[in-house]
Amino acid sequence: MENIRNFCIIAHIDHGKSTLADRMLETTSTIGARDMQDQALDNMDLERERGITIKSHAIQMTHQKDGQTYVFNLIDTPGHVDFSYEVSRSIGACEGALLLVDAAQGIQAQTISNLYLAIEQDLEIIPIINKVDMPSAQVEDVTDQIVDLLGCDPSDILLASGKTGLGVPEILDAVVDRIPEPEGDPNEPLQAMIFDSVFNPYRGVIAYVRIFNGTLKKGDRVRFVNTGKDYVAEEIGFLKMDLVPQSMISAGDVGYVITGVKESKEIKVGDTITLSENPCSEVVKGFEDVKPMVFAGIYPIENEHFEDLRDSLEKLQLNDASLTFEPETSMALGFGFRCGFLGMLHLEIIQERLSREFDQEVITTVPNVSYFAYTTNGDKIDVHTPNDLPEPTKLDKVEEPYIRAAIITKPEYIGKILNLCIEKRGVMKNQNYLSTSRVELLFEMPLGEIVFDFYDRLKSISRGYASFDYHMIDFRASDLVKMDILLNSEPVDALSALVHRSKADYLGRKICKRLKELLPRKQFAIAIQASIGAKIIARETISALRKDVTAKCYGGDISRKRKLLEKQKKGKKKMRQIGNVDVPQKTFLQVLKFDD
Amino acid sequence: MGLYIHIPFCKQACHYCNFHFTTSDRYQEQMVGAIVKELYLQKDYLEGRSLESIYFGGGTPSVLSEKYLADIMEAIYQWFTVEKDAEITLEANPDDLTEEKLRFLKDTGINRLSIGVQSFRAEDLSLMNRAHTREEAILSLDRAFEVGFQDISLDLIYGIPTSTDAHWLENMEMALRFPIHHLSAYALTIEPKTALAHFIRQGKYPPVDEAMATRQFEMLMDFAQAKGWEHYEISNFALAGKIARHNTAYWQGKAYLGIGPSAHSFNIQSRQWNIANNQTYMKEIEKGCVPAEKEFLDVVTRYNEYVMTGLRTKWGCSLGHIRAYGAGFETFFRKEMRAKIQEGLVVENGTTYTLTQKGKHFADKVASDLMMV
Repeated sequence: MENIRNFCIIAHIDHGKSTLADRMLETTSTIGARDMQDQALDNMDLERERGITIKSHAIQMTHQKDGQTYVFNLIDTPGHVDFSYEVSRSIGACEGALLLVDAAQGIQAQTISNLYLAIEQDLEIIPIINKVDMPSAQVEDVTDQIVDLLGCDPSDILLASGKTGLGVPEILDAVVDRIPEPEGDPNEPLQAMIFDSVFNPYRGVIAYVRIFNGTLKKGDRVRFVNTGKDYVAEEIGFLKMDLVPQSMISAGDVGYVITGVKESKEIKVGDTITLSENPCSEVVKGFEDVKPMVFAGIYPIENEHFEDLRDSLEKLQLNDASLTFEPETSMALGFGFRCGFLGMLHLEIIQERLSREFDQEVITTVPNVSYFAYTTNGDKIDVHTPNDLPEPTKLDKVEEPYIRAAIITKPEYIGKILNLCIEKRGVMKNQNYLSTSRVELLFEMPLGEIVFDFYDRLKSISRGYASFDYHMIDFRASDLVKMDILLNSEPVDALSALVHRSKADYLGRKICKRLKELLPRKQFAIAIQASIGAKIIARETISALRKDVTAKCYGGDISRKRKLLEKQKKGKKKMRQIGNVDVPQKTFLQVLKFDD
Repeated sequence: MGLYIHIPFCKQACHYCNFHFTTSDRYQEQMVGAIVKELYLQKDYLEGRSLESIYFGGGTPSVLSEKYLADIMEAIYQWFTVEKDAEITLEANPDDLTEEKLRFLKDTGINRLSIGVQSFRAEDLSLMNRAHTREEAILSLDRAFEVGFQDISLDLIYGIPTSTDAHWLENMEMALRFPIHHLSAYALTIEPKTALAHFIRQGKYPPVDEAMATRQFEMLMDFAQAKGWEHYEISNFALAGKIARHNTAYWQGKAYLGIGPSAHSFNIQSRQWNIANNQTYMKEIEKGCVPAEKEFLDVVTRYNEYVMTGLRTKWGCSLGHIRAYGAGFETFFRKEMRAKIQEGLVVENGTTYTLTQKGKHFADKVASDLMMV
């Protein structure tokens, strides 16, 4: 056990985590340079393209130092706010963390919150400044930020470049020297934690585990404590570039367990695995049953693709247990599914994967967060769609989820960001200067406000110099109303939204205006109205289309014109007819994105 | 077969125009040299078939000096067979048409003029930044007939923000005071990146009023019908038998060769278009290469083009023609057409489908809906 080191990398998106991981794999000869596909740890196309590690992974490598062979388990962590629970579990499986900071960009919000998670769990932190070879690198300034944050000595900070491989041998040595060996007793009852799982169509769900105490042998009967189910450990082993089966794995090890479970829902990240015969007395702390917080309807463009869509969602759920869905019916859109997501990015990823991996073009309705409604006769209802909200006469109160949001930015943007957060019903709780040029703002605000046009505006008002992170805190009472949108007097349920009463008029006007821009004109006028109950609060009219004809169409114009009309037809194929109005596929998501 | 020659020179830039042209005349000689050379380079494009029509467009071909036009004509006759009764059109601006120029054009073999009058109103002409006046327009027409041109087409533009319906009616009536046989009328279109688009954004001119343009198109169709003119293509009207043969060939899917920068060519299987940059065009031609991009047309594309161009004409789309693309096309076409007939946009006459007067306002939409993508 003294030669094992378990660690993760904490970094902001694009700060070079995947590239550095690749260099470590190369330097330790875990992977040959020839087989090296850049960023070996990200194995979904989408991840590679977006540069985000959506699902965490783990890999084992060996490193020689002073005549000794060390086993490293590098546990990758997902890099986005929506996946903070998964990050906390990955961190919980380690004794140390490499804190990777981009030399040009400095510390970002997510890095800090993940760093705090690591410090809370007593991880040894090795700070590294990456991309020091970039012309825009500001090593001194970033060094100051890190020293302030960690209280470490500047000489503790390593300099690296994932691109050139600079500093990689030093990092590997530091892992040996500075990260403590795992503690634990192989003779105690088995206590292991699931920190991730992947779905394999032939093997079922593969759970990635960290063993804290005890020993797990192939064929053991194991119990998953939180789900209360028993299985047989059909195969166990280490995670190298491939799965490497072993007859036993024990305290301090990171490895995998295959139990024949076919549904990823049955394997919950953070759950404790123990032996059915001789269970451990304590579970691993920190387990949470993560519930989706953002809901939206997903509908096929053509009704007849409903079953295909169900099929695709089921397949997605196999390796993404945080996705939930259940059938729902919309007057406007027909049959579809109410889907639950961890957050807005998760929603976008699912939508994109449906299109890319399953060739399913879908309509996503206006998203909303999950609310609790209390009826006058004392029932508590989970509200996942605006239609779930009880009638005003039967409604006692509504509670909405609140988050603690951290934003790191440059001081010159504080004013604008403060205004945005106040507009979003946020309350500032704290303001910390990390250095003279970076400030951390802490807010408490309703999660529902993040769903409505928050990320884009934050990005635009800060010109990209703001990083954002959040976690859920609690549910608080709120004055919510259901706002309906009517097209030519027909309510379109897919456009209904739950909004705070104080903002209903404003949002109603904005949404009507936005719809006016988004909906194509027809040969008749289209009235767009927003209403609360029977009261119309906003109205716009799309004038009738009187002509659609090109004046000239000569030799030179034929190709160009044809391409234009073909494009127009393609666009039309992605529209959904609601009543007598054509609604483009993206309308429901774009309707809440305002330009100013 | 048709031959198109693009002359990329203009005296001044019309504010609405997004065609390829330059107002500099410094390198006319070099350009004409290149055009002459391209005629040679492309002499086999039409596989030796004779020319039924030649069209000088632009730009403004009437700015070309006599010598240059003669050079080009000579090259055409050297490398191509021109049919005896070929239609040979030249686009001209009124201000270029001196008596001397007209006589020369006639002697060179031009037998049809398309005169860009656009409007007889000073305010409209100024908004569009046309180089001529109302008086010049009238004078040039009179002169052209005097010199002996019989086939004259006149271009008009409607939906101009500075004009009214009454003005438009006056313009149409004024046009028909001349013994013309052909009229092209276009709705003023605000193309992006033109001076006019810029001025409208700045508020110097009011935006184009779609309702007015629609009304004036309706007036135009009624007027033409009342005067016994045939509305044979969305923007083109003719007295019996006087349709523009060259342009009609475009809409009927016949092969043509385009010479000059930005000119397009079509030989049924493919379309190609020369680069829209004068300097590059000339440099490449001098090296003996035709700087063109090419697109091969698959059966779906050919069907889409047929639907698009066919619907714009009085001949419409015929089932026989569509069937030739394959059985699937006919089924698809008939299914999509049903809705258009119900909406009153298309009329079915035996096995041909043509736009109704209402449908002519929505020609693009109907064509787009009928396309296969």
